[in-house]
Amino acid sequence: MGRPSRRREDPRLLRGEGRYVDDIDLRHQLHASFVRSPHAHARVISIDASAALERPGVRAVFTGADLVGEIGQAPMVWHPKDTEVLVPDSWPLLRDRVACVGAAVALVLADRRYEAEDAAEAVEVGYELLPVSAHPLEALADDAPLVHPEFGTNVCFETSMGGGDLDAGFAEADVILERTIVNHRIAAVPIEPRGALAEPRGDRVALWTSTQNPHLARTYITRQLGWDEDRLRVIVPDVGGGFGCKANVYGEETLVCWCAAKLGRPVKWIESRSENLISTNHGRAQTDEVRIGARSDGTITALQIRVIADLGAYHLMFTPFIPATTAVVASGCYAIPALRTDTVGVFTNTFSIDAIRGAGRPEGAHIIELMIEQVAAELELDPVEIRRRNFIPKEDFPAQMPHGPVYDSGDYHGSLDVLLEHLDLEGFRRDQAEARERGVYRGVGFATYMEACGIAPSKIAGPSGNGLDFSMWESAVVRVGTDGAVTVQTGVCPAGQGHETTFAQLVADRVGTDPSRVKVVWGDTDAIPNGMGTAGSRSIAVGGEAAALAADRVVAKARQIVAEVLEASPEDVELADGRFAVRGSPDRSMTLTEVARAAYITDEMPEEFEPGLEASCFFDPPGFVHPFGAHAAIVEVDTETGRIEILRYVAVDDCGKVINPTLAAGQVHGGIVQAIGQALLEKIEFGPDGQPLTTSLLDYALPTAAELPDLELDRTETPSPVNSLGAKGIGEAGTIAGTPAMVNAVTDALRPLGVEFINMPLSPQAVLEALRDGARDAAPSAS
Amino acid sequence: MKPPVFDYHDPETVEEALDLLAEHGDEGKLLAGGQSLVPLLNFRLARPENLIDLNRLGSLTGIRREHGSLQIGAMTRQSTMEHSALVAENWPLLTEALSYVAHAQIRNRGTIGGSVAHADPAAELPVAFSALDSRVRVRSARAERTIEISDLFVTHLTTTLEPDELLVGIEVDPVPERTGHAFVEFARRHGDFALGGAAVLLTLDSSGSCERAAIALLGAAPIPVRATDAEQALVGAAIDEKAIAAAADAAIADISPTGDIHGSAEYRRDLCRVMVRRAIAAANRRAKGEPEPESSNGVID
Repeated sequence: MGRPSRRREDPRLLRGEGRYVDDIDLRHQLHASFVRSPHAHARVISIDASAALERPGVRAVFTGADLVGEIGQAPMVWHPKDTEVLVPDSWPLLRDRVACVGAAVALVLADRRYEAEDAAEAVEVGYELLPVSAHPLEALADDAPLVHPEFGTNVCFETSMGGGDLDAGFAEADVILERTIVNHRIAAVPIEPRGALAEPRGDRVALWTSTQNPHLARTYITRQLGWDEDRLRVIVPDVGGGFGCKANVYGEETLVCWCAAKLGRPVKWIESRSENLISTNHGRAQTDEVRIGARSDGTITALQIRVIADLGAYHLMFTPFIPATTAVVASGCYAIPALRTDTVGVFTNTFSIDAIRGAGRPEGAHIIELMIEQVAAELELDPVEIRRRNFIPKEDFPAQMPHGPVYDSGDYHGSLDVLLEHLDLEGFRRDQAEARERGVYRGVGFATYMEACGIAPSKIAGPSGNGLDFSMWESAVVRVGTDGAVTVQTGVCPAGQGHETTFAQLVADRVGTDPSRVKVVWGDTDAIPNGMGTAGSRSIAVGGEAAALAADRVVAKARQIVAEVLEASPEDVELADGRFAVRGSPDRSMTLTEVARAAYITDEMPEEFEPGLEASCFFDPPGFVHPFGAHAAIVEVDTETGRIEILRYVAVDDCGKVINPTLAAGQVHGGIVQAIGQALLEKIEFGPDGQPLTTSLLDYALPTAAELPDLELDRTETPSPVNSLGAKGIGEAGTIAGTPAMVNAVTDALRPLGVEFINMPLSPQAVLEALRDGARDAAPSAS
Repeated sequence: MKPPVFDYHDPETVEEALDLLAEHGDEGKLLAGGQSLVPLLNFRLARPENLIDLNRLGSLTGIRREHGSLQIGAMTRQSTMEHSALVAENWPLLTEALSYVAHAQIRNRGTIGGSVAHADPAAELPVAFSALDSRVRVRSARAERTIEISDLFVTHLTTTLEPDELLVGIEVDPVPERTGHAFVEFARRHGDFALGGAAVLLTLDSSGSCERAAIALLGAAPIPVRATDAEQALVGAAIDEKAIAAAADAAIADISPTGDIHGSAEYRRDLCRVMVRRAIAAANRRAKGEPEPESSNGVID
């Protein structure tokens, strides 16, 4: 553990030898194309498929009416604890009424993809337009059009989380600031869009799908179809990115299975890029009304947040749960004695919000990290110093927070110290002052974040009270073959993160072999006993731990075998340097390969000996893990164009013990870039009529290498006590820390020009408008 | 994301292409580099019945100097011109403009003629050619003619080319001595369509005053526009900060860019002023042979 190494999956992926869903073609397969609503809200009056059915190659057209009694409602499986949530009817093909653009109303199957798309265009759907609520704040107005008229309200749920005496906290404050922080809607944009291919196999169906969750896909697809779970085999080939949007089980996946079973032919659907931007879940979409109180020395005394969460029109699997997680991390790294978060989930006539990398926690970090610098500016305190005054001290871990959570471990001063070593803040401040003299505006912004991940602990995130019908433990099997080669079966499911490399490394270490002798298997419900997939930075902390513990069980049996063969006591057998040796007699030892041979090919073992060398483990941790760190961005703002150039980005992350530093850095890189993308460029935008305006990568602007600085990374290492690896998650860290660092940096740059606060995305126009408003506010009033 | 049905033609000679164009006219669409057309087809925003592929017309490729003028074949790839020493030495405005055109992969396929004929006002090449007072050579099965670039563009994605006409080449006259150039633009990301920009050529007399100015604006109107008032204001003047600011103000006086989600009309107008100012300053510096300043903030200022 802890050794850098190249990713073993890379030669395959970089040479184009990866095998994604769309690379799989089956004989006689049909291609699916969906007819989707072009309107944000409409009654479906009629669907006429006769012209489509006459087109060449068309084999079938299905509408919602064909699914009655065949396919159940789309699943919503997780909602805020003990909270009543309104659940609108949602079918894989909607009937009667559509409440967002992109909702599917019909499905065309044809011999070729081109023919399917031509025919989908020929399906005539009659719509009667209904009034639209496209924006959550407007949707909350008394006279707002109702997204789901049957509910009589656009409020899906309201929930609260908090602790401490809020009134006392604010009464104690010398300064109280209020800000409205917008965390706008974004898309996950995996380089491989979604896709699914279903093949009938006798009584069963095999489904290749681009997902993060094969077993949950099996469960929820079969439930919708009324099938036994075993009737469906879900296989996950290479996946080109998930970022949360493939944690869902979508109607398209259910439909291709149903069509394959019904028609007796394989059915393939590959999502287009525009479909991916329009009808794969979006994320964030919060408006956060924040009130914070502090004493004049910078000590935060109270924090109150109202999260107005746009949910979109329909629930995907985790839609109502996501915004509620903002409350969990609302106080960030700080010992805030009183806090309360009230979250209101709002229906709008837009596509669904669900998990995207961080899923509720980036929003929380964004709020507190912006506010801490707002307070610092108000009190004319150093943004580093104010953080130090409020950090939860190292000695307080595990830290019981007033609003409920227990943070497992942390050393917030430690990561900030390392960040400052890299940053040369004093040097920058001199440079900043000197540049301002020349009319060049530079700024530094910090984010000292923490997050809660390693999603599993059933005692906290289990089924009780939040609608979950599963517990998010993770499973693994470690098997040593007759030749000593090791196979790890894991229930987590990578989408490009590099689990083949890391799982091989951590299991090899535990069983005393070389990683090259370890094969990692995932993503096949016939091959993997069970699993909860990859999401919420859980793969290593939960899935990796399951594999490590299974490996320990293998080692325990290996020691018994060695003891038997070498006539020693099992307690005296030690594993070191790849050899199982008898303590005190190093010449009496066996390699794993020799042990394996003894385990399988033997007639010399005692009668009670059970041949074979494998073990399984289900791991359900006692608590979440809480990674943390300190990031800083240094920017220069062109005050004439609004252009923001990132001069430096320095990140110090702490995800506990690291399996492979190269891969951990890769996760941080990607996360930071996604955060920079949201801060500067990316935004899913709708017109007032609910029409999506960002339907291609021309308009949904992802950052490219040209927009990015070299990212300067370092780590500290504070092990987690909740697993034997000491590991935390690192997949979401960069996304969580990055946006506040960027916004704080731009605010710092522009503060001398009167800009006190600015919301994302920091488009050139937004920057110039902030400068204009800042200049106006700074000017002496006319009266 | 798949195009609708069309018939595909791949003529081997210009004559054959012209015959096809004469036959299909409005129902035919020419495929050059395909960097704009293919996405339009895949989004089904363009639905031609016939696609006439020009990629086999080798006679339409190449860059050469004839009687001092630059002759560019319409099917010349943008990357070819980007790496042309002849162009870099004598028409550096074009080289500089190309550095802003999309990405290397796109420039490898995108053609010079395709970009001009597509007539996107946010595209760099039409603006650079406008500043250079270029001409386009056009052929049909009926006739052959030359169109001044100022007469070519009608509005967004529309030119004065007849449905049966093929743009075969572009001609650019030599640039006078003591001329400085600058192509400046600002896009949210490298390679994006610009939010605003300007192409400037300044010719100075021996005393350093402006003898001739050409200022073309990018993304300021439905077509590439020349800022003639600003040009007039500069001629005869010494190029100082005041003159530059006045010219920049004049340049945007009559423009009304189209706003979208990436930038409002007002933002784009303000940006154009900044771009013109920076472009004039840079062109002036280069005309005088002053050294290039260290790039600050990625844009010339």
